[in-house]
Amino acid sequence: MSKKITIYIENRPYEVDDGQTILQAAKKCGFNIPSLCTWRDGKCSLASCRVCLVHVDGARGLVPSCAYPINDGMHILINDPQAVTARRTSVELLLSNHYFDCKSCNKEGHCELLEVAHIVGARPEQYIGAKTDTTLDEVAPGIIRDTSKCILCGRCIEACKDAQGISILGFENRGFKTVVGPVQNRSFSEVPCIQCGQCTLVCPTGALMEHSSIDKLDKAFADKKLVIVQTAPAVRAAIGEEFGEKIGTTSTGKMVAALHRLGFYRVFDVNFGADETIVEEATELVKRIKDKVPGPMLTSCSPGWVNYIEYYYPELISHLSSCKSPHTMMGATIKSYYAQKHNIDPKNICVVSVMPCTAKKFEITRDGEAVDGNPDVDIVLTTREIARVIKRSGINWKSLPDEQFDDDLIGDYTGAGVIFGVTGGVMEAAIRSAYYFITGKELEPVEFKPVRGFAAIKSATVNIAGHDYNFAVSSGMANAHKLLDEIKEGKSKYDFIEIMGCPGGCINGGGQPYVNPAFLPNEDPDILDTYKEKRAAVLYREDEGRPIRRSHLNPDIIRLYKDFFGEFGSEKAHKYLHTHYNANREKFPKIK
Amino acid sequence: MVELIKSEALLDKKIATCVDKLDKKFSGQDGMRHIVVCGGTGCLSSESKEILEELERLIKEHNLEDKVSANVVGCFGFCSQGPFVKIYPEDTLYHAVKVSDVAKIFDEDIINHKVVTELLYEDPNTHERIQKQDDINFYAKQKRIVLHGSGTINPENLDEAFGNHSFEALKKVLHMTQQAVVDEVLASGLRGRGGAGFPTGKKWQFALNQVNEQKYVVCNGDEGDPGAFMDRSILEANPVNVIEGMMIAGYAIGARDGYFYVRAEYPIAVIRLKKAIKELEEVGLLGDNILGTKFSFRVHLRLGAGAFVCGEETALLNSIEGKRGMPRPRPPFPAVKGLWDKPTIINNVETLANVAYIINHGASEYSKIGDADSKGTKIFALGGKVKNVGLVEVPMGTTLRTLIFDIGGGIVNDKKFQAIQTGGPSGGCLTEADLDTPIDYGSLIAAGSMMGSGGAIVMDEDNCMVDVAKFYLEFICDESCGKCTPCRIGTKRLLEVLTRITNGNGSMEDLDLLKSLASTIKTGALCGLGQTAANPVLSTLAKFYPVYVEHVTDKKCRNGVCKKLITYNIDPNKCKKCSMCARNCPVGCISGVVGKEAFKIDTKKCIKCGTCMAVCRFGAVYKK
Repeated sequence: MSKKITIYIENRPYEVDDGQTILQAAKKCGFNIPSLCTWRDGKCSLASCRVCLVHVDGARGLVPSCAYPINDGMHILINDPQAVTARRTSVELLLSNHYFDCKSCNKEGHCELLEVAHIVGARPEQYIGAKTDTTLDEVAPGIIRDTSKCILCGRCIEACKDAQGISILGFENRGFKTVVGPVQNRSFSEVPCIQCGQCTLVCPTGALMEHSSIDKLDKAFADKKLVIVQTAPAVRAAIGEEFGEKIGTTSTGKMVAALHRLGFYRVFDVNFGADETIVEEATELVKRIKDKVPGPMLTSCSPGWVNYIEYYYPELISHLSSCKSPHTMMGATIKSYYAQKHNIDPKNICVVSVMPCTAKKFEITRDGEAVDGNPDVDIVLTTREIARVIKRSGINWKSLPDEQFDDDLIGDYTGAGVIFGVTGGVMEAAIRSAYYFITGKELEPVEFKPVRGFAAIKSATVNIAGHDYNFAVSSGMANAHKLLDEIKEGKSKYDFIEIMGCPGGCINGGGQPYVNPAFLPNEDPDILDTYKEKRAAVLYREDEGRPIRRSHLNPDIIRLYKDFFGEFGSEKAHKYLHTHYNANREKFPKIK
Repeated sequence: MVELIKSEALLDKKIATCVDKLDKKFSGQDGMRHIVVCGGTGCLSSESKEILEELERLIKEHNLEDKVSANVVGCFGFCSQGPFVKIYPEDTLYHAVKVSDVAKIFDEDIINHKVVTELLYEDPNTHERIQKQDDINFYAKQKRIVLHGSGTINPENLDEAFGNHSFEALKKVLHMTQQAVVDEVLASGLRGRGGAGFPTGKKWQFALNQVNEQKYVVCNGDEGDPGAFMDRSILEANPVNVIEGMMIAGYAIGARDGYFYVRAEYPIAVIRLKKAIKELEEVGLLGDNILGTKFSFRVHLRLGAGAFVCGEETALLNSIEGKRGMPRPRPPFPAVKGLWDKPTIINNVETLANVAYIINHGASEYSKIGDADSKGTKIFALGGKVKNVGLVEVPMGTTLRTLIFDIGGGIVNDKKFQAIQTGGPSGGCLTEADLDTPIDYGSLIAAGSMMGSGGAIVMDEDNCMVDVAKFYLEFICDESCGKCTPCRIGTKRLLEVLTRITNGNGSMEDLDLLKSLASTIKTGALCGLGQTAANPVLSTLAKFYPVYVEHVTDKKCRNGVCKKLITYNIDPNKCKKCSMCARNCPVGCISGVVGKEAFKIDTKKCIKCGTCMAVCRFGAVYKK
């Protein structure tokens, strides 16, 4: 328990916990001090934006409330005229070096700069002058960087360091020429960026965004393709937020209804693909264990994570499961089995994946994500993008009915597939099937809770047929690298490790809706601490509600293998459902 | 084989031997004559190295090695008059020596014991030739505590440092408690010489209070103010004294490691510092169990890559850690959480150079120097339009008038004094009215400037103060680290407004904008550099507001500096029709007929380069 101390804001006393910054303490006392470089209520790129300046008695000059610690008896004036002017000036200065193409900016209603400008009463033309030279990086498939919108708050720098520990972003140049970007102001594709998109979640403006593929979707429709959409499990847990639903609302039915109304030929659930992944991956695991291949085996369904291992631990690639990720497995199945059965030319099919992820946009361009020259998936849209498409189409979310995913030869899914969207889910789903593959009996109870939750590293031991198997789960590379170092040093005790690129797994993916309390007036004040659990709960609820909760029991899967692939892990399954990796990715390729 | 100095007795012996030797060197009791040559950066660039080599060659040629010696010494400080050659025991000082003068000095003085009068410094007012350094006006009013040893001892010879009583203070300190050392420094009244002027003892006390196995002392040698070179000279002249100061600081706060952060642009300082560190390690005065005590201390050297902001202490820490040099918010202060998050004190070179003196002479003696507000001395890099340019060490409380007119010798060409900028780009301009201000921390701030690290640039009537403000702002804009908004964008906007004004496009609203934006930058920027970035604007606005107004309303620059606001013209009555101006005009905009018709400047074509004015021997060209 931290000590209670008294602080004074505008001369009124408040009792608060010691050890906080002024910004945090003031928030608990009911004051929202505007700020741009702070996010998640405490994490801050260290007092760079100067938008949260307040007066503190005895301090030299004004102090940044985001970084300044409170102490007992401190007198704080938020409304001090000098502080009010300074906050406004900081914003006005930022505006003077900002390009106002708000109408075409995909940040739309989520721009914190605009919001803060309103709050502090910034006059847009108070300062006029030259603008810093800009860079627009649209090379990487996953994320784009447009420095014309950057306010150099540095949040992305901290987020990259925080989530992935790789610090791709940093300050470049000096003075007015300073920009935030990868080293040498390179493109994301010319540095070892894993394209996880965590930076896009914290960017207050439109400087860092997913690389939009909406134009490609429009073209697919215009080309009269048979456009089939499939959505990842994590999307349903968050898409409602884009339409004003409270965080943690299950939006599966409305999302499917919206997609139907957009004119997609079929609306499938990637959970079917997840079930495919589980039977393939569990089969691979059992085989590796049987063949005494040195463990542990590592999951491969998170493309950010796959990028990471290729760049930073290429010597461990042999540990990576050769399974494609669920959506590309499903894409490959649609373009083969499904197309054959329906007598459709696969070239006429356009598979669109709606994903919580920016790295998936990169993943579909990988070598090995196509069969016979036919890409498994043609377009990846993030949750945020599909929401934009829905809004653009005039669909009234509130009035949408709940509709079911299409089940047309494929598409039925189990509860095991649903929980893929949260850290630990793949592991739990795999254990459910691996247990059966080894023992011939079903794991009871079906839930395997030790791998749930958001701890940095979760581990569990399961006794299967008299043998103890060790499992570990981690998400975010800043956490995962410890497990990888253990493998490298030959000290890993694990048989199987699930790793997700984004902290918390796909529910917190780089393509998910922004969680920003400033724009969520109806959420609890602690929403930044709870949103991941709330989104995860959606998936666990859906798992509980599914009649079948084990992938190997999915009737569509059983039929698919009987009719098409043969055995789990068969040669044919390998052709369509497995991929390969590149241990020789150049971290800093020469700039052409 | 190097002798180890691992006990007090050995150190005492060593110092006694070296003091005796050095005394004899200066007094001539060793029966030799000694030539010393300035080896400061300024003189080295004027071939003082070649001068020394020539002297050495002549000594050898005449087989005088056992009768005459020659060696390098640190900066004499009177840089505009260098290179200096001094001969002991007569104490004859030759100035502005060229390689071609060496033979003469050697023949006349060394061989024939006759002073070379024409190489002696000539007083600009009395035109008297002065033989001894201390009789020169420039030196007469100085008090050289920190610079003691500069211009006398060989910075590359450890024995001469001992001869100058180095390490006596450390020896004394090792018998004191840590608290007693901090108290002594606190009682001396020593304040940081790097700019902010924070009491050094207080800083040490904060760090001493921290309980931590690992603490650090950092010496800030990232001197970046335009025109400032105090720290460079100190390090070049007497590196051992600074190392000793750092060791005393380390002992006081309980640190075992010290870091020197020196700009890479100071190669000579770096070489000498490296050599001193290496030699001290060899004799065991740096390392484990110094003088047989429990005190262990190591010194590390880090070179800065030239960013001005790295002189800011928290940016400097980041830079040492290998990160981009960007300031950290405070609190936590470095004394609590500094280098690698350990308690750290950061002291400027000049601050540390005072420490041994304080310990040796006692706080009470030290605090007698200076005035009520500030104790000790301060070194200034006196520059600009002053006659005597160089490094000056004066007791606190000396007036600006003494600095500029006595020590500095007044304004070049006896023009009118307009202002003095103290504190570098973070400081402010002081005017005629402030000339009797005593130089101390409080008085300078009260007068609207600051002590800063010791830049002192004198401006005469040919300087436009708006242009001066613009110059400093350009510097700040280039050097801003880019982290915080007010400094990154705010200073750029200020510069744009100033550019508008000096181009004749300013408005009265611009003046209000300047003032309000500059004030906001001052209160709102992240670090000390940002907070003071607008000072040149604020101080010139305060002291030269009418000049700003003239630029705006009359589109006139009374000092004839702002090119867009002036025209060059030729007075037909003074023109001798010689065509000199027309022949030198780079754009051919001057026309006339030689001997017949006065020349005229086509002001539309004129690029205002000033060549015509410079070449006209009759003063016919004037600015308007």
